Amino acid sequence: MYLCVMGNVISERIADFLKDFPPFSVLDKKQLHELAVEVTVMYKAKNTVVFNIDDEAHDNFYLVHKGAVALWGTIEKVVIDICDEGDIFGLRPLIAQDNYRLQAKTEEESILYAIPIEIFRAYIKKNERVMNFLVESFASNTRNPYDKNHKGQLLGDTAQFDPNDSGYRLFDLQPVEFSGEITSATQNTTIKNIAQKMTKKGIGAMLIEKEGLPIGILTDKDLRNKIATGDFSIDTEAKGLMSSPVITYPPNLTITQAQMAMMKSNISHLVLTEDGTVNTKAVGILSKHDMMLSLGNNPAVLVKAIKRARSCEEIRPLRKGVMNLLRGYLDQNIPMALTSKIISELNDACIKQVIELSLSQMEKEPPVKFAWLAMGSQGRSEQLLHTDQDNALLFEDVPKSKFEGTRTYFLDLSKKITQGLNTIGYDYCPADMMASNPKWCNSLSGFKEMTSKWIVRPGPEEVLLSSIFFDYNRAYGDKKLVSALSHFIFDTVEKYPIFLSHLASSALMNPSPSGFFRQFLVEQDGEHKDFFDLKKRVLMPLIDAARVLILSHNITDISNTWERYEKLAEVEPNNKDIYMACSYASKALLKFRTKQGLQHNDSGRYISLEKLNKEEKMKLKRTFKTVKEIQELLNVRFMVSRVR
Amino acid sequence: MAKQKNIYPEFWKTYAYTFERALPDEIEKVDFVVLDTETSGFDLKKDRILSIGALKISNGTISPKTSFELFLQQETFDSRTVQIHGILKKTKIGQIGELEALKATLKLLEGSVLVAHHVAFDVGMLNEALKRNGLPRLKNPELDTSVLYNKSLPKRKRKKEGHYSLDELASTFDIPKTDRHTALGDAYITAIAFLHIVEKLKPVSLRQLLKKDRFGWLWNNF
Repeated sequence: MYLCVMGNVISERIADFLKDFPPFSVLDKKQLHELAVEVTVMYKAKNTVVFNIDDEAHDNFYLVHKGAVALWGTIEKVVIDICDEGDIFGLRPLIAQDNYRLQAKTEEESILYAIPIEIFRAYIKKNERVMNFLVESFASNTRNPYDKNHKGQLLGDTAQFDPNDSGYRLFDLQPVEFSGEITSATQNTTIKNIAQKMTKKGIGAMLIEKEGLPIGILTDKDLRNKIATGDFSIDTEAKGLMSSPVITYPPNLTITQAQMAMMKSNISHLVLTEDGTVNTKAVGILSKHDMMLSLGNNPAVLVKAIKRARSCEEIRPLRKGVMNLLRGYLDQNIPMALTSKIISELNDACIKQVIELSLSQMEKEPPVKFAWLAMGSQGRSEQLLHTDQDNALLFEDVPKSKFEGTRTYFLDLSKKITQGLNTIGYDYCPADMMASNPKWCNSLSGFKEMTSKWIVRPGPEEVLLSSIFFDYNRAYGDKKLVSALSHFIFDTVEKYPIFLSHLASSALMNPSPSGFFRQFLVEQDGEHKDFFDLKKRVLMPLIDAARVLILSHNITDISNTWERYEKLAEVEPNNKDIYMACSYASKALLKFRTKQGLQHNDSGRYISLEKLNKEEKMKLKRTFKTVKEIQELLNVRFMVSRVR
Repeated sequence: MAKQKNIYPEFWKTYAYTFERALPDEIEKVDFVVLDTETSGFDLKKDRILSIGALKISNGTISPKTSFELFLQQETFDSRTVQIHGILKKTKIGQIGELEALKATLKLLEGSVLVAHHVAFDVGMLNEALKRNGLPRLKNPELDTSVLYNKSLPKRKRKKEGHYSLDELASTFDIPKTDRHTALGDAYITAIAFLHIVEKLKPVSLRQLLKKDRFGWLWNNF
């Protein structure tokens, strides 16, 4: 008699969870509480089967409260979907009168809410949105397994672009940007009036409308050619002068289409209407000027402008264009590998130009050949947002007597370059890992000596330095010098394989991204308390692991993390799955970080979890598993325990 | 003894009867009742139960329908503890007498293993209440989540005194602490923690699980 009838704290807890997830989110409070009383909470250990293929239908369908459940298809070993917190599964009995077609098995310890189907059916009848959602979920859970690539991707690359296609053309396929603010007049307005209005608003064209629809256009050019010449008086009404009918286009026109249209009709303004015909309202006017501005964000144009820059101050605003381009690519969902390639090339162009400019300011030519090395994230071509500069200068060996003089010359040059980089927006490295520091401005033998010390006697600091330096990439200068150093490093590593164990050990030191129950682990104190450190907890473990593995395979010249993983998948076909998962996760995470950075105008490293939506959180969590797997591989392969 | 047994009311006899046969030894077949009491204080003799929250776990599932939270009418009252549990002496909603509360609790406890966080205290309070009503002590085997949790950790990580607060457990297993300090809210947190702990301990039988809790079991019976 005292058992729960009207609900208690348990049913309140259940209702409180349900309310945040579709389809329950559309139920009202009373319905939620009525339903919650009927729900049972189920605890399932890892690898427990909830239902099997061909099992008789249960009386419930399920909502994942905590943990994860994998749905396996009829074909052996094909995971169709992984249901995370808030996902529903086991809907078949609700929709079809037969047995289960999939197997549901917990991927980890899970708590499920079992929702009784008979009771839930009443809500479906009352609410169409509930039904629609369920049908969609059902369809997506049972879709063709080959479609799985399109589900559950972290900010999936949905655009169908060929990554081998030249990136420079992509931009032209982006929709035009236009001002949605339209100034219009009627056909009986006098030219004088219109000209005054245009001057006041600072616009080059006036749309003439009749009953809300565009019938003509008047431009600066008309005023110059027809009024200023004296052919018409300023009291003429617009209808006597305007170009009519207007040439209209739909607003989703791409830049290329807009250019073509203007060329074809030899006009400077396009009227954009709702459906692209004159029979719908105008939504905007696109001028040649607008288009030129948009074109300023074209990578090819930007590269030209960067190369033309005569000072670092001139490059600075161009980098803003690079950021706009980046934002556009991310919005357009252009594949991350391609986006990062284009942006990195632009960043490289900026650096090259800064170096050229600095060289021209030096009184003498460089005494010997040299190379400028980008280290860390820049070396890996993973620096899409501005972060610190990490760089080094490598010069040819000189006789001992000339060493100091040579180094002094290059230090002077490096100072100019690092200053220039700072001017265009790269912060100085707080750890002073810059070529202006004598430690990082050295001859080939000097670098050989330093790196061999790290490899032969690796302590914590040496390992840390290696992890930054070994991702170097030549940004400028002599190729042979750089490859001589690379070969030296690989040969030395081969002689002292214990170094790899140390490097692997350090790669495993990064703190774990998630706790016992897959909850995000946030920073406990300091400036970023309660924020999630995306770099330290997820990106670095992947980057560090890639470095160790690639070094162990003696593969030079690939410093980018996902390219490293792709190469690893090639040389170790038996581990292809995990390497491809790592490659994918690195790209997805970089994109995620870049988006976060652009949104909050910072490096995107620290994430405020409240600001992520459920989808973003869940997708982020999916990469954690990949991190754990690659770390396990490192642990076993490099016998990390030897050095711990 | 046998004569005395007959004077007990029907509900007690029904309850006691369920323990005359041994409980199933397979963990999946055992019913666990997770219980928490909010009390006026920590003195077993002087203090009284303010509320009892209890729920049943059958084969890893919990239902709001087999759970309850009872509020007991009070004669004595300690204003100091109100700050913690928020139960006032004169709270009106559905208060029932001590005997009625014991009846409902015994009904749920039939044939089950009793689980609580620091179980000795809750069972102590219940036994005192039973005694006041002329009834014997509880017959359920008992498990203590604090003791079991300690056992589930690797030896080097265990606390010497083996004491863990319910808050610690809630944090470890990421259980929201929304209804902390309501009897059923605490019982629910204890229940979820219990399920995780059992999974970590992986006992092959009920007997083995009870063994892991030997210390708590003995403590309560001496």
